[in-house]
Amino acid sequence: MKYETVIGLEVHVELATDSKIFCSCSAGSYGTEPNMHVCPACCGMPGMLPVVNKRVIDFGMKAGMMLNCHINRTTTFDKKNYYYPDLPSAFQTTQWFAPIAVKGLVEIKTSTGKKGIRIKQIHMEEDAGKLVHDIREDTTHIDFNRTSVPLIEIVSEPDLSSAEEVEAYLDRLKTLLRYARVAECEMAHGTMRCDVNLSVRPEGSNVLGVRSEMKNMNSIEAIKRAIDYETFRHIDAIENGTEELVQETRRWDDIKGMSFAMRTKETAGDYRYFPDPNVMPVVIDDKWYDGIKSSLPEFPEVRFERYTTELGLSEYDARRLTESIALCECFEAACKVTGNPKDCVNWITSEVMSILGVRGITYDQLKLDGNALGELIKLVSDSKVSRVNGRKILDAMFDDGTVSPAEYAASEGLIISTDTDLIDKVVAEVVAADPKSVADYKGGKEKALMALFGKCMRQLKGNCDPQVLRKALIAKINE
Amino acid sequence: MKLYISENPAAKSADISRRIAADDMILTSSLPTTAGSRMLKGYMSLFGAEVLTRLDNAGFTLAGKANVGEFAVDLLGETSYFGAVETDGKLSNAAAELLKAGEVSAVITLDVNGYPRRAAAQNGLISLKPTYGTVSRFGVIPAACSGDTVSIMANDTAAVSEIFAVIAGHDDKDGTSHPEAVCETAKTAAVPIKRIALPVNLTEGTNEDVKGKLAAFTASAEAAGIEVVKVESDIIAVSNIAWNILMSAEVCNNVSRYDGVKYGYRAENFSGIDELYTNSRTEAFGELIKSVIIFGSETLSADKYNKQYDKALRIRRLIVEAFAELFSEYDAVLLPACSALSYGEEIRADKYAVYTENRFTAPASITGLPAVVCGSVQLIGRAFSDGSLLAAAAKITESEGK
Repeated sequence: MKYETVIGLEVHVELATDSKIFCSCSAGSYGTEPNMHVCPACCGMPGMLPVVNKRVIDFGMKAGMMLNCHINRTTTFDKKNYYYPDLPSAFQTTQWFAPIAVKGLVEIKTSTGKKGIRIKQIHMEEDAGKLVHDIREDTTHIDFNRTSVPLIEIVSEPDLSSAEEVEAYLDRLKTLLRYARVAECEMAHGTMRCDVNLSVRPEGSNVLGVRSEMKNMNSIEAIKRAIDYETFRHIDAIENGTEELVQETRRWDDIKGMSFAMRTKETAGDYRYFPDPNVMPVVIDDKWYDGIKSSLPEFPEVRFERYTTELGLSEYDARRLTESIALCECFEAACKVTGNPKDCVNWITSEVMSILGVRGITYDQLKLDGNALGELIKLVSDSKVSRVNGRKILDAMFDDGTVSPAEYAASEGLIISTDTDLIDKVVAEVVAADPKSVADYKGGKEKALMALFGKCMRQLKGNCDPQVLRKALIAKINE
Repeated sequence: MKLYISENPAAKSADISRRIAADDMILTSSLPTTAGSRMLKGYMSLFGAEVLTRLDNAGFTLAGKANVGEFAVDLLGETSYFGAVETDGKLSNAAAELLKAGEVSAVITLDVNGYPRRAAAQNGLISLKPTYGTVSRFGVIPAACSGDTVSIMANDTAAVSEIFAVIAGHDDKDGTSHPEAVCETAKTAAVPIKRIALPVNLTEGTNEDVKGKLAAFTASAEAAGIEVVKVESDIIAVSNIAWNILMSAEVCNNVSRYDGVKYGYRAENFSGIDELYTNSRTEAFGELIKSVIIFGSETLSADKYNKQYDKALRIRRLIVEAFAELFSEYDAVLLPACSALSYGEEIRADKYAVYTENRFTAPASITGLPAVVCGSVQLIGRAFSDGSLLAAAAKITESEGK
């Protein structure tokens, strides 16, 4: 018999707000020393009360809109009770009864074509801390940096049917949420984590099989391997009776390449959800809703289409730019200044990307002012600054976001000289000082001219139109 | 008999009118805060309560932390790990005894399940449980957050009014705090109290002393030109059944954080994290709070949530509506605060007596309405009528003296 795999995902995404969901501690704690971003509130000490970070609601709403969800205009927070040492207050504040967003749709593209994946709901909640096990001392330490960092959990309907679709879906979520600038979605950083619910059923059946859930998957490769393994395990159980399938939570061991039972439905904890009396219902009025709606970015496909048709970019360039909204926004601002999209995409895909690479900055982290970049590109295309010096100025702009290209070029003496007297003077000096090269050139050695040209350019600090210099040099030699 | 769990010796020199105490549910960074529990014995908070900051700024001195029942859910403080307070062999209360002894001019209490109102009624003192949200709960040990109200106990209404004027007001640190302008209206006596409803079915089961106090209060009120009308209310009479569910669930949730991991009591012997939790909590919590935890945990379970917790929330709304209906005709509702003016052996022998005795205090707890205890009875008013209630209490108490 042929089987099909039915997969639903619960994806946790850390929101990129500056501060935590209910206190003012910094939320960007990845890679910092343990327990540096903590306060009595996020350590669960008695007496602190939660004050909702409005940015979290903004971001939750944006995420919902990006995934075509209906936004609940009155959204509430609830308490989920369980004991674990990384959960200092022994409850997680989450959304159980009225989550921020419901009923969405995300379109994915795979080798078999396009497919819509329904989103059941998106809810906002606080993250837990981290346990660090010290094997040498046989002790466990708790790091509360991550407690109360805002998360959204995106729950899909069981509409996915293969590892390929899961990968495409996760990629799509990542792109959309990054475009809305609400999350980093980096599995390696733990800013995107995934629970996989999987069952199998005979192809064409509309009855769901017994489902297993694999928790906290944190790499796409592991997810793909786990899906393949679980699919095999389920079919094997059905076909060969190797085991009785039960609804359970399983742990994926990526090293062994196997999943192991953690707990069954019967032994699962009862989370005893109830409305949090300390957090008043959040009512999203029209002004707030419309403000968020109008701040949403154009989708990557729409941009791609516009770039290739209206702006005449190659598909290759358009694809590179639309990888990141930061690149797109920088590009579009620069285009407004120069009126020359091809010139701008050239600068971004060569000079800007090269500097980002050298400095280890991701595309999304790009903070370059597109207007300033446009001004710089214009200085170079108008032959006011050489391309080489242009790159120098760009470097300075990365060092200091307030640098104005024109002012910097002027103050650092990087403006191309239109002073023909100066050029003639330098040419005369160089020609007089190097009779050998002059003779070689006259004798037919083209390379000798380049040597003389280089010397002139150096003396002029690069601030000279190469064509003007070349003409002046040949004229002088042939005098 | 321990009236203070911890004391500030420097306060001895302060003028009595400026000297106050706070019960040990109110956090302080200079003295430990225990919630009357072995769990938090010696616990030092990193910050103090907003109310105490405001009182400090207004020139009041904190003399010490009054003994309190474990997480303030009991009758009068008898479940305190630091010992019950008794006078002449009778159960009493630390805050009330401090006031009667002239140690302090007022005590800041946390009214979770009515103990300050019972204590005030039994000792002829004044207690104001302000309208929920007019006084910040920042820095208060959370018990039943939807009802927890920082309250004031004193010898007379003037002292209560003075403290209320200082501590009421908006606080950004408390998400349930009302806007400043709304808090201000609660301080004024804008709507004079002219008609009082007395739901007679709620006076059932009170002893002759309490009935006598109700009669005396009614007489004084009428002498002061305030009409008292007998009414009936079935729904208000079941307030405590719903409140026991909501309170237990919330207390259960709030005390879950005391797990022996981070601070507070930790059992000496355990193996593994589950035993660390179980042993620490088993050893550090008393009987009553354990019953609250079990009851609260059950009521929130997937099986019981709809039948109990959710239903209690709906009943809460019906009670709010029942009060609103009474307030369309009357300015206040008169209720006993307790079944007796001192608790006899029978009630003391029943460890769980508070679950029924709180039927007099639960109506104001579950609705968040303001309540003033004076003349050993309780007057409940419209939201933000705190000032008016105090004014009426003063007026009636004055005429009682004549």
